[in-house]
Amino acid sequence: MLEMINVSKRVGNELHIDNVSLKFERGSLNVLLGPTLAGKTSLMRLMAGLDRPSSGDIQVDGKSVLGMQVRHRNVAMVYQQFINYPGFSVYDNIASPMRLAGVDTAKLDKRVREAADLLRLTEYLDRMPLQLSGGQQQRTAIARALVKQADLVLLDEPLANLDYKLREELRVELPKIFAQTGAILLYATTEPHEALLLGGQSATLHQGKVTQFGKTIDVYNNPQSLTTAQTFSDPPFNTVALTKQGGELRFGNANVANIPQKINALNDGDYTAAVRPHHLSLAPSEKHSVAVQAEVGTSEITGSETFVHVNANGNRWVVLTHGVHRVNPGEQITLYVDPASLYLFDHQQSLVHAPEQYAQG
Amino acid sequence: MAKIKLNQLAHSYYPNPGSDEDYALKSMDYDWDDGGAYALLGPSGCGKTTLLNIISGLLQPSKGRIEFDDVDVTQRTPEERNIAQVFQFPVIYDTMTVAQNLAFPLHNRGVEAQEVERRVADMLETLELSAKADRRAQGLTADEKQKISLGRGLVRYDVNAILFDEPLTVIDPQMKWQLRTKLKELHQRFKHTMIYVTHDQTEALTFADKVVVMFEGEVVQIGTPEELFERPSHTFVGYFIGSPGMNILPCAIDGAAAIVDGHRIPLGFHYNPPAKAKLELGVRPEFVRFAKNTEYGVPVSIERVDDVGRHRIAKVHLGQHSINVLLAEGEPVPSYNIAVVCDPIRSGVYANDHRIEGQALKEASAW
Amino acid sequence: MVAKTVNQRAWFLVLPVLFIVALNAIIPLMTVVNYSIQDTFSPGVFFFEGTKWYQEVLSSSRFHSALGRQFLFTAIILAIEIPLGVAVALAMPRTGPWVSVCLVLMALPLLIPWNVVGAMWNIFALPDIGLLGYGLNWLGFDYNYTQQPVAAWFTVVLMDVWHWTSLVVLLAYAGLSSIPDAYYQAAKIDGAGRFAVFRYIQLPKMKRVLIIALLLRFMDSFMIYTEPFVLTGGGPGNSTTFLSIDLVKAAIGEFNLGIAAAMSILYFLMTLLVCWVFYTLMMRGEDET
Repeated sequence: MLEMINVSKRVGNELHIDNVSLKFERGSLNVLLGPTLAGKTSLMRLMAGLDRPSSGDIQVDGKSVLGMQVRHRNVAMVYQQFINYPGFSVYDNIASPMRLAGVDTAKLDKRVREAADLLRLTEYLDRMPLQLSGGQQQRTAIARALVKQADLVLLDEPLANLDYKLREELRVELPKIFAQTGAILLYATTEPHEALLLGGQSATLHQGKVTQFGKTIDVYNNPQSLTTAQTFSDPPFNTVALTKQGGELRFGNANVANIPQKINALNDGDYTAAVRPHHLSLAPSEKHSVAVQAEVGTSEITGSETFVHVNANGNRWVVLTHGVHRVNPGEQITLYVDPASLYLFDHQQSLVHAPEQYAQG
Repeated sequence: MAKIKLNQLAHSYYPNPGSDEDYALKSMDYDWDDGGAYALLGPSGCGKTTLLNIISGLLQPSKGRIEFDDVDVTQRTPEERNIAQVFQFPVIYDTMTVAQNLAFPLHNRGVEAQEVERRVADMLETLELSAKADRRAQGLTADEKQKISLGRGLVRYDVNAILFDEPLTVIDPQMKWQLRTKLKELHQRFKHTMIYVTHDQTEALTFADKVVVMFEGEVVQIGTPEELFERPSHTFVGYFIGSPGMNILPCAIDGAAAIVDGHRIPLGFHYNPPAKAKLELGVRPEFVRFAKNTEYGVPVSIERVDDVGRHRIAKVHLGQHSINVLLAEGEPVPSYNIAVVCDPIRSGVYANDHRIEGQALKEASAW
Repeated sequence: MVAKTVNQRAWFLVLPVLFIVALNAIIPLMTVVNYSIQDTFSPGVFFFEGTKWYQEVLSSSRFHSALGRQFLFTAIILAIEIPLGVAVALAMPRTGPWVSVCLVLMALPLLIPWNVVGAMWNIFALPDIGLLGYGLNWLGFDYNYTQQPVAAWFTVVLMDVWHWTSLVVLLAYAGLSSIPDAYYQAAKIDGAGRFAVFRYIQLPKMKRVLIIALLLRFMDSFMIYTEPFVLTGGGPGNSTTFLSIDLVKAAIGEFNLGIAAAMSILYFLMTLLVCWVFYTLMMRGEDET
C-alpha cells in the first residue's frame, strides 16, 4: 500500500502540489486526471522518489520512504515520449532492468520473451528502437517497465503520442498486463474519456490539489465540486446560474415549476446548475420538459452524433444528440432539459444535488 | 481561395522508385472544392502528411501535377502558392508581441501600415486575443499560440487554402473544444478552403465537410462523416472510424442473410458475392442491440460491460468472434436469453475488404 | 528518518573538489592579495602598505595604456569573431556527409596549443620567408610586423580570429541545429525573407549559445598572453603590450611584486565585473516566460 500524507511540493514561489493525501492499494488501477500543469507529473515524481516533498510524508506499507533512493524503491515509469536506449536492441532494452538487478541469464531470457510475447514484440526483438513505429517503441518501454516487476508502476500519459486507434488497443491491454503483477498502477491522462475507459479509481487534479478520489465511474457521476465536474467532462459541462424560490427554479426568463422532490427540499437561494451535453435534447419528451431558447453557434456532425454549440441566455452550451441534425449558425432553436438530470452546486461550488439515477446508496 | 486538383499525383521518398511499395503516396486523381473543409484522416505512415506537404509546396511530388483553380502550381514555392499552414507544435516568433506576430506576414508582403493595423486589430478581435495584443507571444499558453499561428494565415485575406497538420496535438481536451468550434466559425465566416490532417477521428469528423480516409499511401474513401459512418466502403474505414470501431465478422452469404459461426443474421439486401472472395459482415456497435425477451437473436455470451459515462460498451462473444454492443445510458443488460440483433439495413457485406452492394428487398425489415 | 543521513553523505564526495579548488584558486589568490597590500625587500620581511600599490597602479599611465590596448583588442576580436562565427555557422550544411567534414575542419584550430599557434604565425607572417608576410609585400603592401605597430596589431588580430572563430561557429551551429523545421516552413509561408528568418527565428533561438560564446571569447581575449607573447613579445615598442604581458613584465622582468599583485587583483575584478554586466544585460528578458 502506498500512502501520501498531506504532501506538498513548493518550487520557488509556486506551489506545485498542495496538501495531497491519497492511498493506493496493491494491485489497484488508479487514474490521475487533470489538464496540463495540474500536477500529475509532479505527483508521480514525488511517488517515484525523483523529488522530495516540501512537507508531508510518503509511506509504503506504513513506513516512510522519503529517505530511500529511487533505485532502491522498485518503481517503473513510462513517459509520454518514447524513451528507450537507442543503442540497445529491443531485447536488450527489455532486459536492461534485470541486468542491473543481476538476474541470472536463463531467468532473464524467459522473462524478456514472456514480456515480448505479451506486448507483441517477439518478431522485433533484434531490431533497434529507432527502426520501430511509435507504437512499438512505446510497447518496448512498457515491456521494460513490466519485467522490472515493480511494486509501483507510473504511466505518465503513455499513449498521448500514439495514433488514436493504437491508443484504443493499448488502453485495453495495459491494465490487463499489469493486473497480473500485483503492482500499484498509476496512469496520468488529460482525457476524461480515457479515464472512463480505464475504469479503476480516479483522482481528479486541479492546480496541484486533488479535488476528488474514488471509483472512476462514481467520480464521474457524482462530482463533489464544480471543479471536479468540469475536469471530468468532455465535452464540457453546461452550466447556468439559477435561483430556487419556493417550488420553482428560475434562470434567465425561464421558470421551472415541476422540479424533482430532492431539489425541492433544498433551501431557497442561488445555485449553479450543470447538465451534461447528452442530457439535453433538441426535441421535447416526457422527460425533457423544460424548454430553453438558444442561438446556434456552430454544429459538428460526427456521422453518428451531432454536437450543437449554442448560446443560451449568454451561456456557452453544447448539446450532444444522436444521429445527424442539421442546424444553421444564427438559427434560434429550443432545447429541452430533463430536470431530473440536473446537478446543483452551491455558492461554494460544492455539490448539493446529483441526478437521482446516480445517487449513491 | 481555390479549387485544388490532384492530377496523377504520386510521391516516393526514394530517388528511383520501382514497385508500388516504394511509393509513400500512390497515384491519385481528385478535385477538391473551393471553400470546402477537408480532413485527411489515417494512421501514422499512411501518407497524409506527405500529401499535405505536397499541397503546401514544402515537398515536390515525384509524379503528377497539382493545380489551384486550374493553374499548375507543382513547381511553385509555398509562398508563391499563397497558402497558410498551422503546424503540430505552435510556431510563433518569440521576440515579437502577439500583434507583431499577426502583422508579420503582412509586413513581409509590403501591405501598407494603416491596412496592417486595421487587419491585425480585426484579427485580434476575431481570435479573442485583443487583451493580449502587446504581450510577448513567448509566454502564452499552447492554445493561444496555435490561435496566433492560425491568425497569421487568416490576416492574409486572399490565401488560397489553410492547411492544418495535427494542430490540436498539444492542446488540453477542454481547450480543444473551444479551438475546434472557433475553427469551424472561422471557416463559415471566411469560406477558405481548409485541409486538416489528423489521426483523430473525432477531430476529422467534426471539422470536415468531407473526410479523406487514407491507408498505406492510398485514399480508401472520401465522404461526409455521415457516409463514412453509415456506409464505410472499406473494412479499414469501418475499423478506423467509430469508437469502438465496426464489428467485422468473417461470414458466408446466403442471399439476404449472413452466416456467422453457423448462425443466420438477416440482412436488408440480397447479395451475390464474387466467388472465392474473403467475405465479412460489418456492423457498427451502435447498430447491434440485445434481443428483447422472446425476440429472435444470435445467442452470445457477455465477457464484460464497461461504463464509459454516457453509454456502456458490452463486449460479447459469438463463438470465436467478439462483438461490441453499445448500450444507451440506463439501458438494461439482459440476464437470460442473451442474444443480439443487428440492424439489417445498416449491416454491410465486404468482399476482400471492399463493400459490395446488394439488391433491395421488397419488404425491408426494420429492426 | 534514519535513511536521511544516507543523502547527506553525498557532501563528503564534494570535499576533494573543494580541496582542489582551494589549492588552485583561493590560496594563490590570497597570496596575491597579501603581496598587493605589503612591501618586501628580503624574504620573510614585510611592511604593510595599505592601498599604496593600488593607487600607484591606477595612476600610472603605463597601466592606462595597457588597459586601453586590452579593451581595444577585445572589442575588435568580439566585433569580428561573433558575426563571422554566426555567418560561417549559417553557411554550413545542415544535413549530409559534408556536415562532419565541416565540423572536423572547424575543430582543428581549437586543438592546437597556444604557444604553437604563436610560433606558427610568427613564421607565417615574417616578411622575408613567411607565406603571409612575403605575399603581402609581393602584392605591394609595406608589411613588417616586427617594426610597424599597425602590422603587428593586424597580425595579432588575424591570428586570434583564425584560432578562435571556430569556437563561435561550433556553438552557433549547435544553436541552429536545435531549431525545428516547422519554424523555417512557417517563415517561408509567412513570406519572410532571408534576413527576417535570421532576425526573428535564428537569432532569438541562438541567443543562449551566443551569450556563452561571447562570455568565453571575452574572458579568453581579455586575458590573452601566450600567442602575442610568442608572436611579438609585446612589441614593436609597447604597441602590443596587453595587460597580461605588462603584468608579467612588472612581476618577472622588473620584480615589482607589489605593483604586479595589485594589477592582478584589479585585472581579476575587472574581468569578473565585465562578465557579470554582460551576463545580466543579456539574460534580461529571458525570465519573462
